[in-house]
Amino acid sequence: MNTPFKKQSNSRRALYLRAVKDAFIKLDPRSMVRNPVMFVVEVGSALTTFLWLQALIGTGEAPAGFIGAVAIWLWFTVLFANFSEALAEGRGKAQAEALRRTRRETSARRVKGSKVEGWKVESSSRTVNLQPSTFNLADIPLETVSSTSLRQDDLYFVETGDILPADGEVVEGIASVDESAVTGESAPVIRESGGDRSAVTGGTRLLSDWLIVRVTANPGEGFLDRMIGLIEGAKRHKTPNEIALNILLAAFTIIFLGVCITLLPFSLYSVETSGQGTPITITVLIALLVCLIPTTIGGLLSAIGIAGMDRMIQQNVIAMSGRAVEAAGDVDVLLLDKTGTITLGNRQAVELIPVDGCSPQELAEVSQLASLADETPEGRSIVVLAKEKYGLRGRSVAETDEHPGMRFIPFSAQTRMSGVDLPPTFPPIGGTPSPNGGEESGTQIRKGAPDAMFRLIEDAGSRTPADLKPAVDAIARSGGTPLVVTRNGRAVGVVHLKDIVKGGIKERFAQLRKMGIKTVMITGDNPLTAAAIAAEAGVDDFLAQATPEAKLKLIREYQSGGRLVAMTGDGTNDAPALAQADVAVAMNTGTQPAREAANMIDLDSNPTKLIQIVEIGKQLLMTRGALTTFSISNDIAKYFAIIPAAFASTYPVLGGLNVMRLATPQSAIMSAVIFNALIIIALIPLALRGVPYRPLGASQLLRDNLLIYGLGGLVAPFIGIKLVDLLLAALHLYG
Amino acid sequence: MTLNGILQIAVYLAILILLARPLGAFMARVYNGERTFLDWLLGPVERLIYRLAGVDPAQEMNWKTYAVAMQIFNLLGLVVVYALQRLQQVLPLNPQGMAAVSPDSSFNTAVSFATNTNWQGYGGEMTMSYLTQMLALTVQNFVSAATGMAILVAFIRALIRSPQTSSGKAGGLGNFWVDLTRTTLYILLPLALILSLALVSQGVVQTFSPYQTANLLQPTVDGSGNPVTSQLLALGPAASQIAIKQLGTNGGGFFNANSAHPFENPTPFSNLLEMLSILLIPAALCYTFGKMVGDTRQGWALLAAMTILLAVFIFGTYIAEAAGNPRLAALGADQQTTSLNPGGNMEGKEVRFGVPNSALWATATTAASNGSVNAMHDSFTPLGGLIPLVMMHFGEVIFGGVGSGLYGMLIFVIVAVFVAGLMVGRTPEYLGKKIEAYEMKMASLLILIMPLTVLFLTALAVITTPGKATVYNPGPHGFSEILYAFTSQGNNNGSAFAGLSANTPFYNLTGGIAMLISRYWLAVPTLALAGSLARKKKVPASAGTLPTHTPLFIAWLIAIVLIVAALNFIPALALGPIVEHLML
Repeated sequence: MNTPFKKQSNSRRALYLRAVKDAFIKLDPRSMVRNPVMFVVEVGSALTTFLWLQALIGTGEAPAGFIGAVAIWLWFTVLFANFSEALAEGRGKAQAEALRRTRRETSARRVKGSKVEGWKVESSSRTVNLQPSTFNLADIPLETVSSTSLRQDDLYFVETGDILPADGEVVEGIASVDESAVTGESAPVIRESGGDRSAVTGGTRLLSDWLIVRVTANPGEGFLDRMIGLIEGAKRHKTPNEIALNILLAAFTIIFLGVCITLLPFSLYSVETSGQGTPITITVLIALLVCLIPTTIGGLLSAIGIAGMDRMIQQNVIAMSGRAVEAAGDVDVLLLDKTGTITLGNRQAVELIPVDGCSPQELAEVSQLASLADETPEGRSIVVLAKEKYGLRGRSVAETDEHPGMRFIPFSAQTRMSGVDLPPTFPPIGGTPSPNGGEESGTQIRKGAPDAMFRLIEDAGSRTPADLKPAVDAIARSGGTPLVVTRNGRAVGVVHLKDIVKGGIKERFAQLRKMGIKTVMITGDNPLTAAAIAAEAGVDDFLAQATPEAKLKLIREYQSGGRLVAMTGDGTNDAPALAQADVAVAMNTGTQPAREAANMIDLDSNPTKLIQIVEIGKQLLMTRGALTTFSISNDIAKYFAIIPAAFASTYPVLGGLNVMRLATPQSAIMSAVIFNALIIIALIPLALRGVPYRPLGASQLLRDNLLIYGLGGLVAPFIGIKLVDLLLAALHLYG
Repeated sequence: MTLNGILQIAVYLAILILLARPLGAFMARVYNGERTFLDWLLGPVERLIYRLAGVDPAQEMNWKTYAVAMQIFNLLGLVVVYALQRLQQVLPLNPQGMAAVSPDSSFNTAVSFATNTNWQGYGGEMTMSYLTQMLALTVQNFVSAATGMAILVAFIRALIRSPQTSSGKAGGLGNFWVDLTRTTLYILLPLALILSLALVSQGVVQTFSPYQTANLLQPTVDGSGNPVTSQLLALGPAASQIAIKQLGTNGGGFFNANSAHPFENPTPFSNLLEMLSILLIPAALCYTFGKMVGDTRQGWALLAAMTILLAVFIFGTYIAEAAGNPRLAALGADQQTTSLNPGGNMEGKEVRFGVPNSALWATATTAASNGSVNAMHDSFTPLGGLIPLVMMHFGEVIFGGVGSGLYGMLIFVIVAVFVAGLMVGRTPEYLGKKIEAYEMKMASLLILIMPLTVLFLTALAVITTPGKATVYNPGPHGFSEILYAFTSQGNNNGSAFAGLSANTPFYNLTGGIAMLISRYWLAVPTLALAGSLARKKKVPASAGTLPTHTPLFIAWLIAIVLIVAALNFIPALALGPIVEHLML
């Protein structure tokens, strides 16, 4: 996959520089107030700066150098947090700029006075019938306008080399389109009117032919615009879970505010009754407050959210909202289309079963002839099987040159069969020549769906061989598709077409099950076939003979049971189900209604992607949880650093709590503040990358994460603060 | 520490756990409205009460109605208790001719008993008439306990019910009047009856006769040198009040010395009974919870978390007290354990209970929001006194008050589930109910109200003259006393560190405020949270769901409770008991 998003920004330096600049811009209190934890830090920084100025003038509560150093590190704490957010946004901004370049204003050829009605374009002067074949391009009245003046339901015309001026739906024509600007995929895709491939995106380029497109989005509301908006995070709203976490963090902040504010009277009382020392300084109180409030998670929270969206984009998935990304982590039912997701798109012939005493050789040759002109993958696989397994010489459609009387009968939905009519000159098949030596005149070979073929056999007046039905049923039961082959109305055998389950998919489903996610296979197959494939692929459940209504009903059923459902879809008939599902991923190749109903769009149009999407959602929540735990566990060590230091003059015996043996009260407080700031920087990579996700059950995940982030969070600051203190001592600061 | 002491504590815990299941199962039947073996007797009484009160027992209340009913009922109780104290000199059953109680003390006591705190600024035998003890205080001992249990049951129903299952209108939490009546009638009254009889058998007094004068066997002299040959023995209907004081985590003693008084707690056996009844209902409610939510493992998990914390801290107190006090040793006190000497720090302890039972009682009474005492906490070693303080700083969730302890613990469970749920990559859910922004808002409120109340009132006391005026031991110990007073009232515990003269207008008023906040500011958001949970769909459990009954989750819950308390109170504790200990 060659996507524009996967390429790292060519200038990493520029990205960092910009983030540094943004970190300062974000100091604006109006934007800081959105993040209560960091806002408190900013107010604390401003206060200590004021105290420092006061100390400089000569009336400070502590040496100006000490207050100044605390102030500087508090400002760093705020800046580091802002930097993490700016860095996370920066990656998105770079991507958005790449996209924006493709969306420059172009000219468009609008169909004048256009209004679509059926297949007719009505203009003021005349009506042009767009019915294929009766239609003349030159007849269409066109006017050249700016792409920005196109409105919904306008029609426009594009031909080879044009940039499509707006999103729309193809109403006429078929063309190949280069969509690499949107998807990053360089191979051109076919867009045509009707069906599931009618949606086109503004900013993509037409490589061949021409199209008439009905505009579906007004300027600025197109797919690319929305994408740019989403990536830039301009309209980023806090997600439900983020809000809940923010409330908890705000509560901790309020408690610690209370703890620190009341510490001043406590200290005054202690000084008064013990008759020694000085009360705790405001600087130390602010330092303690900043160390205690959950700055680590508070500072990184928005970066985590943005990075989660960003990871989706790196998977070439555009999430319409952060809410959708979060919901992905909660999904407990996945509805997966059989074709393309669970099985390879095509069925393949795996076996030929002769009936009615027919020899395998004859069956192989008859089947091969029947499939020569069949260009479907199924047909190809029959020819390949006949050649490889039965050693038949390869034949091709070119045989018609030798035998001009050969006539291929294509598959049609009415007959539900295909085949070939052979001329008398054709050499005998399978060593059982017909009475006249060569092939009988008008030998008819047919293959097709069993019920159609049974009718054919009956109509031909032949008897249905006793072993035909059991062979057909056995194949159907095993999940395969049987094709009955006849020669002149007499059944000669059955071709076993089999759905090939993708390699590794069973293990994938087992993983999902471990994660507590139920997989449901959606297929149009009959229940028998569906059950067999479901068993082979290891899905938990299946919906056979699925109609759009049945899908919708299934989703509603799961939802009323309290489950969250994810599904993928591409067709217009998927739209209601997509709209109902909690996480709905539309294929980019899908129709406009499908893309509108979904809350995510997969630019690669790969239905297996759903599994990655779920993982990214989970990773997002896990990162938040892990860093919250880490942040709170850190506080214990900070108490041990600051409390003995803060009351050193009043109660020197509290030095017994100085388990880290920090050099001096001032170096202890500085070490805690510096560690608190540096840990934010140290954890930025983790916040952006997310904690590693492994498909394990909830208990195991919790145990592992508690050990790493809970216990680690308890121990790490003891070591970190001690190291900073050693460094400060080595530099003879605060000695 | 002695083997005997350790065994006594172990036996106590074993009996407690054994009793949890039968009582818990019975309470589940009571709250589910199922048949019990007491129906033949109490059923008609219950129906009569509803008819007289005009209550429709089938009517469901949403959280607001439930909260309003609870508040009105409690306010009425408060007014009655206040009035009875102010008017007791003109009311009957006042053989000692007790005068009206002062307005500020009456207010403090009324709040104290209505909120299930039972903080006592007064001395019972010197202040209250028999009528006040019975009609005001004992009645509140029953109904304040029943109020806590009713709120808990409403909360449990919120976890069970969902729009998918409830046939009636969504969001119903039950009926407060029914929960109140059934709790009192089926659970508290029978248990209290049994316990009071048992206590009377041990020598606890139960009489309306006036105080008796007894001649001293060993005449002595008073402070001014006058000979003293007789003693006035305070009496009264004590057993009936003491039973419910222990069972309902009330803790307000009939006598000033509380359960250290020989007429309130005469023998080691009465001591065991009283200690068991401190934690009996809170422990059994865990099982009731498990039973009602249809998964007893959930109840056992909470009981395990509580019991582990309790056991660790009981032994902490025991170790600290058994080690003795170096200052006493310096004065020549023998703190060695021998066959004739209990050993350890015996200052302020009753010789008939000794160190282990005093440590056990002190820890249990502060773990539960009981607050009755059988020893003077003020005389404990600094670390021995730190533990009762810390037990309350947990927010009275380790067993805690009847009902209120468990719903408090469930709030911690919600916070624990929230953070842990994130760590396993799902929107957190508890028993199938999603924990979202509204739940976190209420849970956060519930967690931050208590520490802020305690810290700010303590801060107020240490910087104002009326606050500092009545501290007899200025310095770290005096600070501990003030912190203890507000911690106790701010957690509806009611025990006192003593050493602080708290029956002053300043402490009566601030303490009363602390008790009101602690009870109602917590109860109402709890009910609001319940209301929100009840309206939520239940999410079926899967392998991706965080299990909340495993040892891992129990450990995590313990860690959360410990960390929250530590973060809130380490600085304050450092300036009180910790520095006092380091100064020894």
